[in-house]
Amino acid sequence: MLRIPCPYCGERNYTEFTYGGDANQARPANPATVSDTEWEAFLYRRGNPAGEHIEYWQHSFGCRQWLKVVRDTVTHDIVSMGGHGMEGGEKA
Amino acid sequence: MTQPNRIAWDGLQIDRRRALSFRFNGKTYQGYEGDTLASALLANGVHLVGRSFKYHRPRGILSAGVEEPNALVELGREGAHQPNLRATEIPLFDGLEARSQNCWPSLKWDLGAAVQLASPMLTAGFYYKTFMQPSWAWRHYEKVIRKAAGLGKAPTVRDEARYDKRHQYCDLLVVGAGPAGLMAATSAARRSARVILVDERRELGGMLLEESVHIAGQTAKQWVQQTLAELEALETVTVLPRTTVFGRYRHGKFGLVQHTEQGQVLHSVHARRAVMATGAIERPMVFSDNDRPGVMLAGAIRRYIRCYGVVPGRRAAIFTNNDSAYETARCLREAGAEVAAIVDLRERAPSVAGLDDVEILTQAEVVGVQGSQHVKAVEIEVGSKRRRIACDLLCVSGGWTPTIHLLAHGGKDTLAYDAAWGAFIPTCSEPVPGIHATGACNGAQSLVNILAQGIAAGEAAAEALGCEAATPVALPEVQHRGGELSPSAAPVCEVRGGRGKKFVDLQDDVTVRDLELALREGYRSIEHVKRYTTLGMGTDQGRTSNINGMRIVAERLGKRIDEVGTTTFRPPFTPVSLGALAGRESDRRLDVLRRSPIHDWHVRNGAVFMPSGLWLRPQYYRRPGHGETLTEAARKEAANVRDKVGIADVSTLGKIEVQGRDAAEFLNRLYINRCGNVGLHKARYGVMLREDGFVFDDGTVVKLADNRYLISTTTVNAGAVLSHMEFHQQMVWPELSVHIEPVTEQWAVVALAGPASREVLARLMPEEDVSNQALPFLGYREVCFQGVTTRLFRISFSGELAYEIAVPADHGLTLWEALLEAGEPFGIMPYGLEAMDYLRIEKGHLIIGTDIDGRVTPHDIGLGGMIRGDDDFIGRRSLQRPALTEEGRPRLVGFVSADGETPIPASAQLVAERWTGTPQDSLGRITSPGFSPVLDCPIALGLAEVEAEGGSLYAVSPLTGEQAEVTVTRPVFHDPKGERLRG
Repeated sequence: MLRIPCPYCGERNYTEFTYGGDANQARPANPATVSDTEWEAFLYRRGNPAGEHIEYWQHSFGCRQWLKVVRDTVTHDIVSMGGHGMEGGEKA
Repeated sequence: MTQPNRIAWDGLQIDRRRALSFRFNGKTYQGYEGDTLASALLANGVHLVGRSFKYHRPRGILSAGVEEPNALVELGREGAHQPNLRATEIPLFDGLEARSQNCWPSLKWDLGAAVQLASPMLTAGFYYKTFMQPSWAWRHYEKVIRKAAGLGKAPTVRDEARYDKRHQYCDLLVVGAGPAGLMAATSAARRSARVILVDERRELGGMLLEESVHIAGQTAKQWVQQTLAELEALETVTVLPRTTVFGRYRHGKFGLVQHTEQGQVLHSVHARRAVMATGAIERPMVFSDNDRPGVMLAGAIRRYIRCYGVVPGRRAAIFTNNDSAYETARCLREAGAEVAAIVDLRERAPSVAGLDDVEILTQAEVVGVQGSQHVKAVEIEVGSKRRRIACDLLCVSGGWTPTIHLLAHGGKDTLAYDAAWGAFIPTCSEPVPGIHATGACNGAQSLVNILAQGIAAGEAAAEALGCEAATPVALPEVQHRGGELSPSAAPVCEVRGGRGKKFVDLQDDVTVRDLELALREGYRSIEHVKRYTTLGMGTDQGRTSNINGMRIVAERLGKRIDEVGTTTFRPPFTPVSLGALAGRESDRRLDVLRRSPIHDWHVRNGAVFMPSGLWLRPQYYRRPGHGETLTEAARKEAANVRDKVGIADVSTLGKIEVQGRDAAEFLNRLYINRCGNVGLHKARYGVMLREDGFVFDDGTVVKLADNRYLISTTTVNAGAVLSHMEFHQQMVWPELSVHIEPVTEQWAVVALAGPASREVLARLMPEEDVSNQALPFLGYREVCFQGVTTRLFRISFSGELAYEIAVPADHGLTLWEALLEAGEPFGIMPYGLEAMDYLRIEKGHLIIGTDIDGRVTPHDIGLGGMIRGDDDFIGRRSLQRPALTEEGRPRLVGFVSADGETPIPASAQLVAERWTGTPQDSLGRITSPGFSPVLDCPIALGLAEVEAEGGSLYAVSPLTGEQAEVTVTRPVFHDPKGERLRG
């Protein structure tokens, strides 16, 4: 089913990867100044979209890079993907 | 031995020179290489092969392929057999042994058939309605019902067959090696596409093998062989016979099971595109007693005659609603059988050459079948007149159903009803992006069209794949002997008259009456009717029954068949054995098993192992001739560490090296206690939190050199900690210059613990100064032992004076044996995990996964004081959340057994009063029960909402009923000031 195009290793089977959850939340730069509500949102509040979703995957049985992957949760299509600095990502 | 129904024709797929002997229901028969079990049984005149599921009616062989609903047998020695195999798909081999199912004491005299006397009651929903009341009685009913229900018996011994898995990738997967599939594969292969061609049968060619046809001037068989030879000569083509594509999944993934002589292979195929050339399956007719042995599909008769030289009857009648069955009449006559009559439902019969002297009755119906264990005669009705026609074979054809299952895995919107077929066909030639439908499964009727569609599909696929151009495959010339006959069927499948049962689904014994009852009771959706009556829910998934059932339901509801719609198509297309899905991953191969470099020594010296993550670790050592129990051995091992000296294999602990300019900063951000600031050649105990504030892992951080650290993790968390570190380095602080390298497997590590450990070490490395000044507690030194780099740590988990010694993994055994030798004068003994547990509980050291279970903060377990500085680390902000700072959170406490004897049960809850079964509030739980060799009494660690030491509680195991009165103590039972480990 899922074939994930790792930017370092090429297209690989999803069984080589480990899912790492929602990638929409960036860690606040200075957590001490963040309110309890904001911190709770960072820790626990997650969207559950039917459609495109940015999420972390680690290529555990490959280059061990953590990747940001845009996956369509309805079709499982990998829409785009990239590393840490991904802005919108590269088209898969 | 003679095979009465076998004829001697040329060009059959059996090899007459190779006779095979086989047993069916205890009787020996002969067949030939190339036979299926079904063809060999029919050759021997065996029609009765099984009993039906519900009514135990005698059943014969209906078809010649995957659609077979009746002829399910057990294959192999009883107990080691495989149940529910279709006789039509089992290749005959010498010594084959098979038996009928669902009958007792024998196939011919089956007591279960008495159930037919009660059959008026056994309608759809019988079990639901009858056994509802009283509800307590269900468990009694269930035993009887379970015994009577089900198909076949499960084997009782280990499955000795071999299973394996393969992952494959191709440009084009072609499903079905009939005329369309062969053409599609050839067209794409000529354009250099990587092609996998799959067919469920052993002999490729599909429908061509049962037709009397010449292609490109050759017989069909010759043409198939020549086409296959061209394909097999290409390296880019893989041909897989006896392979079923059982499922189509997202993104071009297909599941295949290949049957070989050795066993089964599960292929997981990723195809860029696919061609469906799956053909069509013939439908039976629905009439009174249509399940009698000797009632067979007309197309199957052609296959038995033309492939296997088997004529299943001497005098046949044919009952049809379409032209294609007339070919069966011609075929039977060529084979020397008599055709008593063709009974055609339609107003007009086609004019078919070669059948001038056969009686053809139009607007006629079969209203009854005589002969309970084999057809003796059929009763027919023409107009209002009834007639009896003696025959020993009734060939039926109710039209053909294109095999669209794989296309429909993933949605029915790819299908549309087609009146000519009386069935559903794909909406277009590429109904799913990337999947081409071609040939009969795409609604193509004449062979020329089927071949042309195959070529077109292959070309279209190659074009879409961007393959280079090549000379296209020419459409071969087709010559039918006697003219081609159409499978277009009249829209009737059912005879209204007649007194017997009219089966729609032969495998599940679903009759027309059951469907009518379901409708009378208010079921309207075909999905509900299916579930209520079990129509199409057998192992054949209604391949011969679904369309007829839908037609009957549509008619009763006054709807069109496409308004009723189809049920959902789901994988697998045919049953897949659990063995094939498991492949090699069973027993010890179910998961990775990791062994320490010293494992073999442990095995040789009586170690009893226990799993720890993927590792096997010694739990205790059962010394030869001592017959010690776990507890006895572990107490002895633990006491030896306290009194003398012991060694333990701790190679499994996770080890990660962290290097780089920002390594110290990186570690400070991960640990609660600024582990990056540890001094050179010093170790520091560190605790890591998850971002939500709960303790994640603990271990030591050792500064090996400037900008180079070695951290240890718990055995089971080694992978998770690595991943956690990589995540924060790559995704959270990519600006930090850090390199992370797991080195667990590179080192063998031995813990040396006990008051005599320094003497042992001094004897092991006489040239090293191992005094307390030279190597103090939490000190580190790199030394040379027997010529290899050796890491020496002064770390203690047991609470004694102790060291950890690490050598490159290959030298682990050498180190272990050298330590035993050096320690011999001091009474050294190895100790296992159980003794290690006693020692660390006594010392109040905690373990991730037992005491620290993902719900405790550093404050809960008395480690709040370790938190250093005021800068950020992972989890720090969460510790300020209200719920984590509130009073009354359970905290770590110790317990001793109040009477000094009663063991403290594992997983016990803590309550205030002695447990009598009356509910009480839980005040906490025991996390680590153990035994203190020092106090000589049971002790435990736990998390509880208690304040005062010396208080009394009861530790109760709700599962085993054990309980112990316990006294609350501090969570350290031995050497609370740590003098021994610093000494």
